[in-house]
Amino acid sequence: MSDQSSAGPAAPEADHTQPAPEPRSGGQAPSVLAGRADRPRPRFVALVGPPNSGKSTLFNRLTGLRQKTANYPGVTVEKRVGRAQLRGGLEVKLIDLPGVYSLTAHSEDERVTRDVLVGEMQGLEQPDAVILILDSTNLERHLMLAAPILALGLPTLIALNMRDDLDARGGDVDVVALARQVGAPVTLISATLGDGLETIYDFLEGVIGSPDLLQLPVLRLPVISDAPECRRWAAVVGTEAHYRSPAPPKWTRRLDAVFLHPVAGPIIFLTVVVAVFQSIFTVAQPLMDGVEVLVTISGGWIASIMPVPWLRSLLVDGIWSGVGSVIVFLPQILFLFLFIGLLEDSGYMARAAFIADRTMAKVGLQGKSFLPLVSSFACAVPGILAARTIESKRDRIATIMIAPLMTCSARLPVYTLVIAAFIPERPLLGPFLGTRAASLLGLYVLGLLAAIFTAALLKSSILRADRSPFVMEMPPYRVPTFHSISLRLYDRTKIFVRRIGTVILTVTVLLWVLTQVPLMNGETPPIEESMVGTLGRTIEPLIEPLGFNWKIGVGLVTSLAAREVIVGTLGTIYGIEGANEDSVGLQESLRRDLTLGGAVALLIFFAFALQCMSTVAVVRKETGGWKWPIIQFTYMFVLAYSGAFIAHWLLG
Amino acid sequence: MTDIKRSLASMKEGEEGVLERLDLPDDMAQRLMTMGFLPGSHVRVTRRAPGGDPRVYRVDGSEIALRRETAIHLYLTTKDSE
Ligand SMILES: Nc1nc2c(ncn2[C@@H]2O[C@H](COP(=O)(O)OP(=O)(O)OP(=O)(O)O)[C@@H](O)[C@H]2O)c(=O)[nH]1
Ligand SMILES: [Mg+2]
Repeated sequence: MSDQSSAGPAAPEADHTQPAPEPRSGGQAPSVLAGRADRPRPRFVALVGPPNSGKSTLFNRLTGLRQKTANYPGVTVEKRVGRAQLRGGLEVKLIDLPGVYSLTAHSEDERVTRDVLVGEMQGLEQPDAVILILDSTNLERHLMLAAPILALGLPTLIALNMRDDLDARGGDVDVVALARQVGAPVTLISATLGDGLETIYDFLEGVIGSPDLLQLPVLRLPVISDAPECRRWAAVVGTEAHYRSPAPPKWTRRLDAVFLHPVAGPIIFLTVVVAVFQSIFTVAQPLMDGVEVLVTISGGWIASIMPVPWLRSLLVDGIWSGVGSVIVFLPQILFLFLFIGLLEDSGYMARAAFIADRTMAKVGLQGKSFLPLVSSFACAVPGILAARTIESKRDRIATIMIAPLMTCSARLPVYTLVIAAFIPERPLLGPFLGTRAASLLGLYVLGLLAAIFTAALLKSSILRADRSPFVMEMPPYRVPTFHSISLRLYDRTKIFVRRIGTVILTVTVLLWVLTQVPLMNGETPPIEESMVGTLGRTIEPLIEPLGFNWKIGVGLVTSLAAREVIVGTLGTIYGIEGANEDSVGLQESLRRDLTLGGAVALLIFFAFALQCMSTVAVVRKETGGWKWPIIQFTYMFVLAYSGAFIAHWLLG
Repeated sequence: MTDIKRSLASMKEGEEGVLERLDLPDDMAQRLMTMGFLPGSHVRVTRRAPGGDPRVYRVDGSEIALRRETAIHLYLTTKDSE
């Protein structure tokens, strides 16, 4: 049984030629329609539903995976396959899909869902059953989607999610009556609390919901292309199921009155942003110092027990100084993700997009472009994927083109390191904002401005198009759960540590090797004479106008693998160079090597340059060719080089 | 009390009306209809962005943001209470 048909084309076609469902009665489980009997169970089940109805939350519960969930529509933009363990050691393949309002696709993410459901997705067989996830707090409108989904003719379970919210706001629905009307099993669940999942397992195990167990629907399905008719059908179903809609969410109204207030709204927003940046320096700093002390102590300990000199050099001066100088930034990055997580899970992000629409319209984009841009504060790769929700192709490309200018978290270590080395901490607004936090904020704003400027440039030239409309559903506010936020932080830590263990470690070891050759009279060479020194000095003439010496140059080269690698690289170079002196620390070494002008130039270079191969790869995939990534890389390089040049020239 | 016909964009915050027709290209009209903007449904202006545009409308149990340029193509009847 566990021999699942693999996704290959050879997989047998699901059997859709079963006899028409025969009416059957009796033996009803309390919350569902059909009787119980062992029946052929589904092999490949799609999770479908309107945006933000809780599909990914349910998917995560059933599969144990970690699809991103957040409280705004359009979080999932790509299909994701996982497996759920059933009772008796059985397994079923599940697929989480982007949310849709209907099966007519208006955007790339909706197309994914449509293609998977009708079996037109390359390399993937058609699902043989569907779980339709609807928001029970807005049942009648969400039921409109049931018409086209039921018309697919696949065994379908209708899961009415957000049961906790429905109860809390005084709504009610009779699932048995509802099931009778539509001719499919129905259950009330709460995906976040894990309530009511038994029926889902029954369905996945084929105990309920297979075609020959079903009754014919009492109501005929409407003509699915006719939205008004679908809605009328949904209304009748709702009435027959004694649906009592819940009271409108009153906290959402109250919070919106504040957050969207013309004066208070922007002030609150700015206050929060400033507080976050300040806390990155004040609250996260002690944590960073703590990690740094640990790294130094453990490095010293390794050095003391390591008898072989070359091994000691590799481990302590190479790996420990390289990897250690990056790992200290973990607390800061977690801080940033804590903040993003709170904004996304509460529902505030959708409001931010709403407020931003007017500004985005000025440069020819729309509010929805704002969400991919904010995602890019974490990393440009998911940000670029998130642009799939944008209906207009030109707007989507423009958003993809500007996303890497947003300050991703890989830049954060570079920024903080340079800022901490060159900017003395002084209060600007009392304890609320210091010079360092202000500089960091300034760099974020710089990235944002560059993005907006670039969008305006693109939208008035090669990507000129009619203004595309902005249509977005505002989710109700929800209290972010401790569970969800801690998972976000845990996953982020894993990603960060994995990057250190792979990219950064590899580059560091490679770099260390290159500092040890060529041997001179059987001795390791001085670092300037090593391969690394030679490489650095080859590119030095190119970067000298920016105020960088050969060491920074080596860092620029290695940072092509990933931006934060420059920190590890400098850590290693200085570690080896200073192996015989008293350790002076990365900041102190940087101050010796860079003037203030050079430091600013370095920051500007990192703000603008596209030093990230994953971004290039994802842009190529999303735009379907090399044209856009090449334009993007070149444009950003020119911007970075000229920006850094001007900064160095002005400040010296 | 008389019924008057006007565009959604001309309504003020807090006002409510019954949607009559969507004067938009088919593609866009379909999309709005699947989100709840169906002829016969009640639409209420709930909030506006700090600059006055876009605005949030409550329709069929959810809140949807639209720009003015879209809202002027939706026609509603409202009760004139004066
Ligand atoms: N109160 C409550 N909230 C829920 C429940 N299920 C999901 N949510 C919340 O609803 C929001 C959306 O959940 P997701 O799982 O991301 O929704 P989705 O359907 O995958 O959304 P898209 O990928 O955007 O289509 C999140 O903030 C969840 O925490 C539930 O049963 N009760
Ligand atoms: Mg999702």
